[in-house]
Amino acid sequence: MSNGYDFAFAIGGAAGQGIATPGNILARIFVRRGLHLHAYNAYQSIIRGGHILLTVRVSDEEVLTHGDGLDLLLCLNQDTMTRHARHLGDGGHVIFNSDDVSPAEVASGVELCGLPVKELTNDNRNKLVQNTVGLGAMLNLMGADFAVLEETLKLQFGRKGQEVVEENVSMARAGFDYAKEHFHPFKKRLPQGKKPLAVWTGNDALAMGAAAAGVKFYAAYPMSPSSGILHWMAKNARELGIMVRQIEDEIGVANVVIGAAHTGARAMCGTSGGGFALMTEALGAAAMMEIPVVFVTVQRAGPSTGVPTKTEQGDLWQVLGASQGDFERIVVAPKNALDAFDTIPELFNLVDLYQCPGIVLSDLLISEGTFSVDPDEVDMQPSIERGALILDGNASDGYERYKDTSTGISPRAVPGLEGYVHVVATDEHDEDGVLISDEFTNPHKRRKMVEKRARKLASFFDKVEAPKIEGPDDADVTLVGWGSTHGVLAEARDLLEGRGVTANQLSIKWIKPFHSDAVTRALSKAKKIIVVENNHSGQFYRYLRSETGITAQGHIRKYDGEPFQPHHVVNGVLDHLGEKKDVERDVFVPYQEILV
Amino acid sequence: MATTTLTELKPKDFKGKVDPDWCPGCGDFGLLNAVQKALAELGRRPHEVLCVSGIGCSSNFPGFINTYGMHTLHGRALAVATGAKFANHELTVIATGGDGDGYGIGGNHFAHTARRNVDLTYLVMNNQIYGLTTGQVSPSSSLGMKTKSTPFGNLERPVNPITSSIMNGATYVARGFSGHGKQLVTLIREAILHKGFSLVDVFSPCVTFNHDNTYDFFRGRIKKLEDEGHDPTDWKSACEKAMEWDDTIYTGLFFKNEEVPTLHELEPVLDEGGPIAHRKPGLTKEQGARILKRMM
Ligand SMILES: Cc1ncc(C[n+]2csc(CCOP(=O)(O)OP(=O)(O)O)c2C)c(N)n1
Ligand code: SF4
Repeated sequence: MSNGYDFAFAIGGAAGQGIATPGNILARIFVRRGLHLHAYNAYQSIIRGGHILLTVRVSDEEVLTHGDGLDLLLCLNQDTMTRHARHLGDGGHVIFNSDDVSPAEVASGVELCGLPVKELTNDNRNKLVQNTVGLGAMLNLMGADFAVLEETLKLQFGRKGQEVVEENVSMARAGFDYAKEHFHPFKKRLPQGKKPLAVWTGNDALAMGAAAAGVKFYAAYPMSPSSGILHWMAKNARELGIMVRQIEDEIGVANVVIGAAHTGARAMCGTSGGGFALMTEALGAAAMMEIPVVFVTVQRAGPSTGVPTKTEQGDLWQVLGASQGDFERIVVAPKNALDAFDTIPELFNLVDLYQCPGIVLSDLLISEGTFSVDPDEVDMQPSIERGALILDGNASDGYERYKDTSTGISPRAVPGLEGYVHVVATDEHDEDGVLISDEFTNPHKRRKMVEKRARKLASFFDKVEAPKIEGPDDADVTLVGWGSTHGVLAEARDLLEGRGVTANQLSIKWIKPFHSDAVTRALSKAKKIIVVENNHSGQFYRYLRSETGITAQGHIRKYDGEPFQPHHVVNGVLDHLGEKKDVERDVFVPYQEILV
Repeated sequence: MATTTLTELKPKDFKGKVDPDWCPGCGDFGLLNAVQKALAELGRRPHEVLCVSGIGCSSNFPGFINTYGMHTLHGRALAVATGAKFANHELTVIATGGDGDGYGIGGNHFAHTARRNVDLTYLVMNNQIYGLTTGQVSPSSSLGMKTKSTPFGNLERPVNPITSSIMNGATYVARGFSGHGKQLVTLIREAILHKGFSLVDVFSPCVTFNHDNTYDFFRGRIKKLEDEGHDPTDWKSACEKAMEWDDTIYTGLFFKNEEVPTLHELEPVLDEGGPIAHRKPGLTKEQGARILKRMM
């Protein structure tokens, strides 16, 4: 939320037209300059064709969402012009290749910046040429020096050889110079930030968090939008001493990870909702055998295979209810990419302590979004606490794997150690691991083991932070959200203030065990509770009510596959407050200006 | 069990905490005895061995043997065993279970574990029926076999674990019979010694539910490959011999390929530093700094 520079541009075109590369080059320029960014890519499940819109918001202060509007649009095809030119307001600029794309009708004050690409480049060979010319023009309008672009192009294409670098530099130069002569630059010039930042996606953050947490084994089966974790892991694993395996299916993945974790390696797997569905039985197995494993599941729009490239917060109940039986699990929904990074080591310490499964509930918005991060805030050596784990030790006669201790936590020995030979089992077992499922009847032992496992998490609330109200205590409205809506709620609160409405927010990250008391206390003073979530049925609201008995006065829900933008929340709140006349329903779905 | 002196172990030292609860006469006893003998002969210590099973009568195996054990989910023994072996390749990993567990619900893992040549030994107690769920058809049941779920006879042709695992890339493929203990011990011992994925499919009659494939059924038909001068490097002959069923059924080592490296030998992360399970978790300062730098 910046009072200074706040600028959003989009690059639109078909898949295969080369949107990622200019996007990456610009992101690199901004973060090296110390500017913050937040990028969201609206795309389709298609490899060539279709329509993609990459939106990037840049600021000299932290930005929490990709924002509400566009200042600059680069159209790589006619489709983009037709769809999005109307989204720009007074002062906006639309850049396009005037050889191929004809201008659409635009609002007054929008400058149409046609680039005669053929003439400028004398070149018909490469259809990606227009991207580089456009990039040059964009940077000129934004007010960057050409040297900055040149340096980044060298970095980006250096590996491909001198010729490629030179060609790109000259194309960019042509666009830059043409824009200088023919178009009006933006009044606000691209500023210089305080210090260079880094850029990552949420999936990078999850993978890096795992590396920092000491994960030594990662397995997955590819599934959007979680595959980025696998890709980062595969690329960096050798250097970091992490074994990474792509397994035949998610059932195999979860079980392989359980095997690795049982022998003492920190082990993690990643997937999306459909894959997690297949891992379900193994989740319960980890709980019953008391093996610490972390499952990352990245939500996309469902049900079933749903919309693979679109976001939703629709898997909460799946995760809460996954696997048969009655057992404890830890479920956490990070608020943003940096939080996702920090969550993994914290969660590993918890699952090691409590010897139970942990689930990270991310979503496409976090996982596939691109974000700036201050490298000083990234702790690559977080504390690693492995709980009651015996990795080496002296032979101990009479070792019992599932010893019924007062905390319910039993020291865990790994296979290979002399003196601790034992069996772990997914059937109910006694303290020594011997099955009781075959006994005629043994309610006493069964009850003891159920209670032992349940007791383990008694100290959980001492270990993790309780959610807190952010914003003024006596606000008109309290916005309640979970996971990735944290940022959009914060921005919406600022915008609401401009409309004379004070709002605070309660963003919940630790989902299970649930801080029922803390949440009840925090919400006890709320004047009007509005629950905001990215799904249709209000999964979180139902959970909140079941855990606290709290009822909300309103709901803002979005389920079109795109994430919330601040104005969706703002409009929703205003409607609830009766500031727009025509809305009477309790469940309000804001008008969605879908940018795709 | 707190002994560190390397006295020679006897099969009875591998006796588990509880006695098997299998029906008297169940074929699974033969395999249990053979594994205990093989481990003793190999001089393995109980703590060096991890037995992983799925679910089924036969999968209760880890409870009956004195080694580390994991009694996991129906069909998932090979996946769990694979993970354990990856994380600590110094362990002797043995996966055990039934034909339903391994060739039915676990069929996908069976194919892929063979293909990967994971260095573990898979022992299948093949009774051609589902025992624990009280006698339904299994993927190994003969065509026409009447069971509780096929009262008019099985319509589906049985899997052939020998040919299919050879085709999938298994590098040691054998068949035993729990009535032929001596041969079984040899097959299991060699399977454990073999570097790579080894399968020993063991006819283990279910005396309660399978009235077709009884001890007598096998005794009247079994011929041993070692008596026939079979060359286990000849996969074509191995497949031909594995296809025989009616009057002659072969046991012994069908196929062996010692040329293929195991997956953990190929894994560069294991080139140095020992099993990943034993390594210090977390990143060094230098590693952390390098990764961060790449993001800028
Ligand atoms: C997912 C799942 N489906 C079904 C079962 C029930 N089940 C337990 S054992 C078994 C079959 C056992 O047959 P087999 O693997 O051949 O072993 P056997 O008992 O004959 O030794 C089945 C279907 C289960 N435990 N889990
Ligand atoms: S039911 Fe069959 S397989 Fe199971 S223990 Fe009895 S004889 Fe063995």
